[in-house]
Amino acid sequence: MKTMLKLFSLLFISLLISCGGKDEKKKESFSYEKKTTNETKAPVKTETIPASAKVDLTNKGIGPISSVVLNAEIDQAMVTHGQEIYNKMCTACHRPNKKFIGPAQAGVMERRTPEWIMNMILNPEEMVQKDPLAKELLAEFNGAPMANQNLTQEEARAVLEYFRTLK
Amino acid sequence: MKQILKVSVGFLITALVFTSCNNDKSSKSNSALSSSAAEKVYVAPGEYDEFYAFISGGFSGQLSVYGLPSGRLFKVIPVFSQDAEKAWGYNEETKPMLNTSHGFIPWDDSHHPDISQTNGVVDGRYVYINANNTPRIAKIDLTTFETTEIIEIPNSAGNHSSSFVTENTEYVVAGTRFSIPIPQRDMSIKDYKGNFKGALSFLKINPDNGEMAIKFQLLMPGFNYDLSHPGRGKSHGWFFFTTYNTEEANSLLEVNASQNDKDFIAAINWKKIEEYVNNGGGTKVPSKYAHNLYSDETHTATSTMMDEVLTVNPLDVPGAVYLLPTPKSPHGCDVDPTGEYIVGNGKLSANLTVHSFTKMLDAIKNNKIDGEAYGIPILKFEDVLAGSVVQPGLGPLHTEFDGKGNAYTTFFISSEVVKWKLGTWEVIDRKPTYYSVGHLMIPGGNSGQPFGKYVLAMNKITKDRYLPTGPEVTQSAQLYDITGDKMELLLDFPTIGEPHYAAGCPADLIRANSKKLYELGKNKHPYAAKEDADTKVTRKGNEVHIQMTMIRSHFSPDNIEGIKVGDKVYFHVTNLEQDYDVPHGIAMIGANTSELLIMPGQTETFVWEPKEVGVWPFYCTDFCSALHQEMQGYVRVSPASSNIELSWSLGEDF
Repeated sequence: MKTMLKLFSLLFISLLISCGGKDEKKKESFSYEKKTTNETKAPVKTETIPASAKVDLTNKGIGPISSVVLNAEIDQAMVTHGQEIYNKMCTACHRPNKKFIGPAQAGVMERRTPEWIMNMILNPEEMVQKDPLAKELLAEFNGAPMANQNLTQEEARAVLEYFRTLK
Repeated sequence: MKQILKVSVGFLITALVFTSCNNDKSSKSNSALSSSAAEKVYVAPGEYDEFYAFISGGFSGQLSVYGLPSGRLFKVIPVFSQDAEKAWGYNEETKPMLNTSHGFIPWDDSHHPDISQTNGVVDGRYVYINANNTPRIAKIDLTTFETTEIIEIPNSAGNHSSSFVTENTEYVVAGTRFSIPIPQRDMSIKDYKGNFKGALSFLKINPDNGEMAIKFQLLMPGFNYDLSHPGRGKSHGWFFFTTYNTEEANSLLEVNASQNDKDFIAAINWKKIEEYVNNGGGTKVPSKYAHNLYSDETHTATSTMMDEVLTVNPLDVPGAVYLLPTPKSPHGCDVDPTGEYIVGNGKLSANLTVHSFTKMLDAIKNNKIDGEAYGIPILKFEDVLAGSVVQPGLGPLHTEFDGKGNAYTTFFISSEVVKWKLGTWEVIDRKPTYYSVGHLMIPGGNSGQPFGKYVLAMNKITKDRYLPTGPEVTQSAQLYDITGDKMELLLDFPTIGEPHYAAGCPADLIRANSKKLYELGKNKHPYAAKEDADTKVTRKGNEVHIQMTMIRSHFSPDNIEGIKVGDKVYFHVTNLEQDYDVPHGIAMIGANTSELLIMPGQTETFVWEPKEVGVWPFYCTDFCSALHQEMQGYVRVSPASSNIELSWSLGEDF
């Protein structure tokens, strides 16, 4: 009887194993100090606002751009051009409306000065080393560096115009 | 007894004082000397060398790039041999570069690099270099430091008297070392004499892009054509080739090719032959050879098989070819910056023979003919001789010039570089080399304007000069300062392969034009994914094409399913970076090929044929950012019978 039981349990186990091959059920995972992704949670302390949510409309950043004039009316031709460049050069790491490798661009015009944005595009190496906000962003995004895609100032300006349409 | 003791003690003391004094002195002067040599080759951290040196890789088949005076190695440019580090000859894009009429060849023996010239001065645009074994000439573009063209030379064997450029880069020559039956045919080796031919090929260079095309092949008598140099200045329009084995021996050449007291330097008036050819002269003969071109826009090479070549019989162009008698088995054939002197480095001769171009023209004009070889006129030795450097050393091989009226010749047997004066033929200085020096190079040495600051000697033997590394020891070069009357040895440094010739030029000529990246917008690779939206995986039967992108620090897609055992999977990977010095690599477990190392804006492809079911990872091989270790992905491989659809993704909600 004992040996029969042993044989049966062996058979049962081997069946279990062979079943598992095709459609493996999700194994129980574990979590250890996992970052909370839920941003609607009220922060415990005010200092923990992530850099991507901080608003700073005075900092112009470090780089070739010291002043940008935004016309009241959005230039649609420039937006189209800017969106094309964004899709080509930026979507490897960015999505307009959600956090990806880097932060989302929607609403960025309400959080940053136009000069800061263009300097971040045109001069990212120096920005992440010296600009306090850019430094914080680098840390928030796990040290993923903002790549310099060698855009011209004209191209970066067009991308900025596109950002104006992202709410 | 006491006295003796006293005397001997006194003697001992004086001896001690003297010897210790001497020791002091000599060690001091030694360190002062070596520190001044050290200063001359020291390039401080972050500073640049004054010259680029392109040193042939010899049996490595490659071309190495060094800085002078520091002797620091910057890059090994793959040319004729596969290079797994750079995927040269391994990725789908560059395999056609190593195609020949004999099929794909993974290796060759690279010999004589030469920099393109404009108006007799090196211009830093291209380096041309020859493959000795399966005859080919390659062009290296000095904006990218990549090999962008390889052309095979038909009717040639042991492509050694190559690949030297004329003073406006009108032509690059490729002369055969071994004579062979032309066309190739089944015949007795013993019938060599009088039947074999030596083809000297003249490759016309396109002035806009440096591309090569065989303009004509001159079919010369069956000698061995050893080295060559172009005329310049007054002798521009001529080319000079040394010959040996004018005995036309086909066996035991060591003895049988050393019988004649004099061999020849063949003087070829290529302008005259060009004119003849342009007027419809020459005979087209069927000849199979590969012409391979690499495009910086498609990042892909194409190989075209050519089927005929234009040959010229020297007897059909009277006045175009003459033979200058030169003692004994001359090796190097070197022309001074003015174009007047042609040096024949007779390797078995006691003296160094120098011919005069002016005297040669005069001898031709006055018909001073001393016989003929297969109908080609031989000029009288005494009537073309400018002078001899008498017993300067043993086994002369090569000569370069400093542009100040001095010549520098290497002596293989006596292991030295000898400096001598053009015109007076007197020896000025000699310095030992360690050991058995072959070629030497002065930047711009094969041009009308040498930069006579350093001479680089390339040695054949190094034995005890470096820490031993088993039976195979390092190859090496030695740098001498030649600004003073006496040469000064400054530096030994190791080289790759066995260096044959080298070419050098001021760094400023090249530095400003060096490309930093490939523009993504100009990428015309048929499988490029130039933005994230282009990434996809497609199936054509059992061929699967993955169009993937890479940027710091992820692949897109990085999870791929639906691959099956028996599939042939092409990874076409585009580096989306548009910044300087951000290459990425990719390697797949079990792939029977090399990694890819992809420059910003470039697309490269490797093939993987998965043999086993499983989930197999790939990763970035070039440390690219703080998140480099995170740059990885998985491919799921299912059984051949599986019906899992292709799917690909990046990120959970992509």
